Amino acid sequence: MALLKKSKMPADSGCAALPKPKKKRFSLDDLELTLLSLPTVAWFLAFCYVPLFGIVFAFKKWKMKPGKSFLYSLFVNSKWVGLDNFKFLFLNPQMGNIIRNTLVYNIIFLIIGVTLPVILAIMISYMYSSKLRKICQTATFLPHFLSWVIVSYFVYAFLSTDRGLINSILTSSGGEAIRWYQSPEYWPAILIFMNTWKTFGYSMVVYLASLTGIDKGLYESAVIDGATIWQQIKGITLPLLRPVLSIMFILNVGHIFTSEFGLFYHVTRDSGSLLSVTQTIDVYVYKALMENNNYGYSAATSLLQNTIGCILIVITNLVVKRIDPESGLF
Amino acid sequence: MSRIKAHADEQPRWNRVKPLTNVIISLIFVLLALSTLLPLIFVIIISFSSDASVAVNGYTFFPSEWSLDAYRYMWQSIDYIGRSFLNSVGITVVGTVLALILIATMGYALSRPNFRLKKHLTWLIFLPMFFSGGLVASYMVNTQIYHLKNTYAALILPGACSSWYIIIMRTFFTSTVPDSIIESGKIDGARQIRIFLQLVLPISLPVIATIGLFMTFNYWNAWYGAMLYLDSAHRELYPLQYVLISIQKNIEFMQVMEANGVSTVDLSLPTETFRMAVVTIVVLPIACSYPFFQRFFVGGLTIGAVKG
Repeated sequence: MALLKKSKMPADSGCAALPKPKKKRFSLDDLELTLLSLPTVAWFLAFCYVPLFGIVFAFKKWKMKPGKSFLYSLFVNSKWVGLDNFKFLFLNPQMGNIIRNTLVYNIIFLIIGVTLPVILAIMISYMYSSKLRKICQTATFLPHFLSWVIVSYFVYAFLSTDRGLINSILTSSGGEAIRWYQSPEYWPAILIFMNTWKTFGYSMVVYLASLTGIDKGLYESAVIDGATIWQQIKGITLPLLRPVLSIMFILNVGHIFTSEFGLFYHVTRDSGSLLSVTQTIDVYVYKALMENNNYGYSAATSLLQNTIGCILIVITNLVVKRIDPESGLF
Repeated sequence: MSRIKAHADEQPRWNRVKPLTNVIISLIFVLLALSTLLPLIFVIIISFSSDASVAVNGYTFFPSEWSLDAYRYMWQSIDYIGRSFLNSVGITVVGTVLALILIATMGYALSRPNFRLKKHLTWLIFLPMFFSGGLVASYMVNTQIYHLKNTYAALILPGACSSWYIIIMRTFFTSTVPDSIIESGKIDGARQIRIFLQLVLPISLPVIATIGLFMTFNYWNAWYGAMLYLDSAHRELYPLQYVLISIQKNIEFMQVMEANGVSTVDLSLPTETFRMAVVTIVVLPIACSYPFFQRFFVGGLTIGAVKG
């Protein structure tokens, strides 16, 4: 972290005490380091900077001209439509729903995703048996390594209408089978559960790593002063976790308009009857591009999403820095 | 990299919770551990049960009949599944090596305090963390300008580098590789490239291993690129993750056809258990290996998220 902050500090150079000689020429060292970084620079230009011109898709009505190059088609053949793409986006009656889904899910994920793992990390650190602790930690880490495609099959094994375990249990206990993939009322809970299930183990380990970094002497003196464990957590553990917490918070707030595509597309099996509660911005962007060939709408949505995300990161960072100057991201 | 020692996170005897609290905490975590492990075990059991048993009892932890049919069927379609498995392995290996080269060289260049372009390049890798051209832009550029549609490169190149990992790498080099080593290399007349290869890399194995593992799991689990850049005429390029997606799509397609009165399926195929068998062969390598690599992940996280 603190990427830019650090580059301003002379402290990470070995000769901080000496005044730096003013460099005039591009030395041999510089040339070699430039060569060394050249492939990566090329990658960033090709895959991060070149696509930036594609933002014009948001203001164009894309039309491919057969036989002509792509750039000709885009800049000459495709008509400028100004803000029409954005206008149609907001005229789309689904759009309100899509934005609401993205925001509400992400806010819930954010709240659960930051608080629950901290609580669990503190709890697990008080477990007596270190062996059991290691086992539980390893087991809960597993979902982090699985893709959403895999997770969607896990979910299917439980929720399939005619074969799923949950419906078997329901029917054998005299209840009625539920058509899960056609019943939108259950999905907010399922999606929140699955997202938590997949991420809590990983986040817990992040917080546990910083918990172990806390000076044990602090707790020692707290105990001598007669502090209970509850008071220690409130007075020592939580305040010292604050920098990590704020970094996690900033990163997540920046992503509040970005949804986990796999969760909303694969876990729901892209079921049409669930769309009202499962369609999010990223699913819409994908479908507009790949299924409906609505290049303009897709690009316009991405552009809005990116812009808002970028602004949000900067604002959150400012706010966090105002509250606690040490905790900012940059 | 500071490795977390086993005793370091243990609560000392004088500062323990009450035994009853310990029991409750242990119980909660055993339940959580079961919630993450049981679905995996469940899917493996399904893949080993017979299709007849699945048809009668549905998916269950205790199938009435065990069977290897799903794996036998997989063996018969080895052209497809075997090829996909090799695709996944190949993409993972090539991608990880490429990613390590891109990340480590840039990380090293940025870690040198006197490098003239340090600030410029830092901005170059920093900005994409905040803003990108969006899906349409990268899709069109990758397909229309770089012509990556239906190539392995489409599954490897776009994900081969990340600002975040470069920062982790850079932080490791600045905080852990002593300047004196690099200075001594210079005095011996070595060039930066040789210093990097022969002096810096050997003592940086922990961070290389960490990032390498991140990338290995990333590539093994990747499916989005395949959804964008492969079409059904190029099944020979499918990685395993995409096989799973296309199986699901096909089954849904067949269901739609059947609902419309068109009989399509050869019902003798063990479709139900077969897909769970594919899930099993995708997950087993991960499930068997990650416990051994886990400490690298914890270490890598500490570098990136806490110390950096």
